Amino acid sequence: MSQNRIPRRFAELAAARRAGLITFITAGDPDADTTLASMQALVRGGADLIELGVPFSDPMADGPTIQRASERALEGGMTLARVLELVSRFRTTDNTTPVVLMGYLNPIECMGYERFAERAVAAGVDGVLTVDLPPEESHDCHEAFARHGLEQIYLLAPTSGQERVRAICARASGFVYYVSVKGVTGQKTSDADEVQRFVSTLKGQTTLPVGVGFGVRTPEAAAVLAGFSDAVIVGSVLVELIEQHAREPAELARRLEAFARDMRAAMDARRAA
Amino acid sequence: MNAKPDLQRTLSQFEMQPDARGHFGPYGGKFVSETLMGPLAELEAAYRKYSTDPEFLAELEDDLKHYVGRPSPLYYARRWSEALGGARIYLKREDLNHTGAHKINSALGQALLARRMGKRRIIAETGAGQHGVATATVSARFGLTCRVYMGANDIQRQSLNVFRMKLLGAEVMPVTSGSKTLKDALNEAMRDWVSNVDDTFYIIGTVAGPHPYPMIVRDFQAIIGRETREQCLAQLGRLPDAVLACVGGGSNAMGIFHPFLEDTSVRLIGVEAGGDGVETGRHSAPLSAGRPGVLHGNRTYLMQDENGQIIETHSVSAGLDYPGVGPEHSWLKDIGRAEYVAVTDEEALAAFRNLTRTEGIMPALESSHALAWVEKLAPTLARDQILVINLSGRGDKDIPTVANLDGITL
Repeated sequence: MSQNRIPRRFAELAAARRAGLITFITAGDPDADTTLASMQALVRGGADLIELGVPFSDPMADGPTIQRASERALEGGMTLARVLELVSRFRTTDNTTPVVLMGYLNPIECMGYERFAERAVAAGVDGVLTVDLPPEESHDCHEAFARHGLEQIYLLAPTSGQERVRAICARASGFVYYVSVKGVTGQKTSDADEVQRFVSTLKGQTTLPVGVGFGVRTPEAAAVLAGFSDAVIVGSVLVELIEQHAREPAELARRLEAFARDMRAAMDARRAA
Repeated sequence: MNAKPDLQRTLSQFEMQPDARGHFGPYGGKFVSETLMGPLAELEAAYRKYSTDPEFLAELEDDLKHYVGRPSPLYYARRWSEALGGARIYLKREDLNHTGAHKINSALGQALLARRMGKRRIIAETGAGQHGVATATVSARFGLTCRVYMGANDIQRQSLNVFRMKLLGAEVMPVTSGSKTLKDALNEAMRDWVSNVDDTFYIIGTVAGPHPYPMIVRDFQAIIGRETREQCLAQLGRLPDAVLACVGGGSNAMGIFHPFLEDTSVRLIGVEAGGDGVETGRHSAPLSAGRPGVLHGNRTYLMQDENGQIIETHSVSAGLDYPGVGPEHSWLKDIGRAEYVAVTDEEALAAFRNLTRTEGIMPALESSHALAWVEKLAPTLARDQILVINLSGRGDKDIPTVANLDGITL
């Protein structure tokens, strides 16, 4: 049995015939304490997996919402080492919810792949998604992560041809993340029929769970995706809540929990139907 | 122990760089999100096809001659050479190109490629505005829609070029994220591209970005070095002793260096923007004072902090105000084939004034960095030594900046 929390969580979801809810927030936006409380609130609301954004000065794949979150976090002094400390703190009260770090390669490269992988696993991180690291460039990183039991999550996109889909599925672990729109985070909304076509093709090529993200803003949209995918990833809309309520911690936690609960309920209702 | 690879053995590989996956030694590559991998492969396939297509090459050559005005002259700066009292100095006059800089060479090539690929919408990033102007120009020439991303800070200091782009029919989008300069404009252009990949061609201005861009831009700019080499042989009967160019992203330097890579008797010297001085930390000189990392789709030398965040750069010249550098330059530095140095804002401004007054040629502040190094180097050399500098652009766009520094409002 894997020590990693990601396969364990997806096995539980499959057994319960539920789609997973993956929530993204940026670590340190606007400070570490708020992020910790937000992670806990999202889990209370029903998040199955927490994606934690590692802030980067040049977030090329992100829309304005997550760019601003990244800037706030960096202004607050967040670093990759502090993100790992934050995960350690989260683990003192929650040892079952998988945590995936999502970000850009340079901070990881700067720490060193081996040193990062070792420290991340020790902190309680289960997987890493580096947006700007396609499989073609990931050999060294992949080996270091594999040695330490850190899952490497890869993206698939509408522009990924058949050959790439096969190659990436062969290399991926944890789950595969389908970017459902051609664009940056939080900007466009996806066409559910097109996404369903891609996901069903994908299902024929991998036994890994398939998560769908980018542009999921409402419980209704999450419910539609939950009908045919293994997990739904929601990010920018949560980051907007943090942006609006950063100065009222109790209200923020309440809203994040409620939002996750609404998403969770809509997704479960869809699966039950 | 010598950690550097054997130069003689490496040299024969110059023409083969980058490798099939876009690497120059450990540098370069394709570090982009999955959505762009398909479009980059499509671009590379189109480039490989058309770069050997006689019809494409004939059209490019015809436009370089009749539209850009090539070949650009190799000019002996006699009075300036005599004033410095050492080597003889020749200027490769890219400032005489249509639109006033070398940027048009690559913008034209990429626009022709965009047309062949059926892309009707052009986007670009720009720092000083020279690449933006070149891109807006070729877009007008071919009837393509054009949007240029430019940092809000750069828009202020290069207002003349902003208005030029608008007159040419381009839409100039101010970028207010991050440091509001060239690197942020590049981020925003990448975001636009990923959102509009089906109909949009991204014309990158320098030899950076994900593969195949560093190769494509280099190949289109290499016309500078090919002409220079021929002109040296025809006008001087020999190759120069050194070739110099300023390096921001490094397209004008790579363009003039590349055809000389195999000529090991020719020193290649890239001059970075030292800002207030490399020792102050306020500069734009990643090759002189940075370390390797990954940004904007490639691995290369970068200005970054101890946590891997990209740090703000400083230079009087907007076109050199960039925290990275083309990956091939990183490789040439490591193997020792090219040397990289830095000069300060002040030294560049002095060279700007000196060349203007002694030769009647007003250089761009970017190019003035290369001139400033020559002012140090030339007096140390004998009169039979020949230096060639890529005068990559003209200084008209910088007149407001220089006036401002003199306390004059125009």
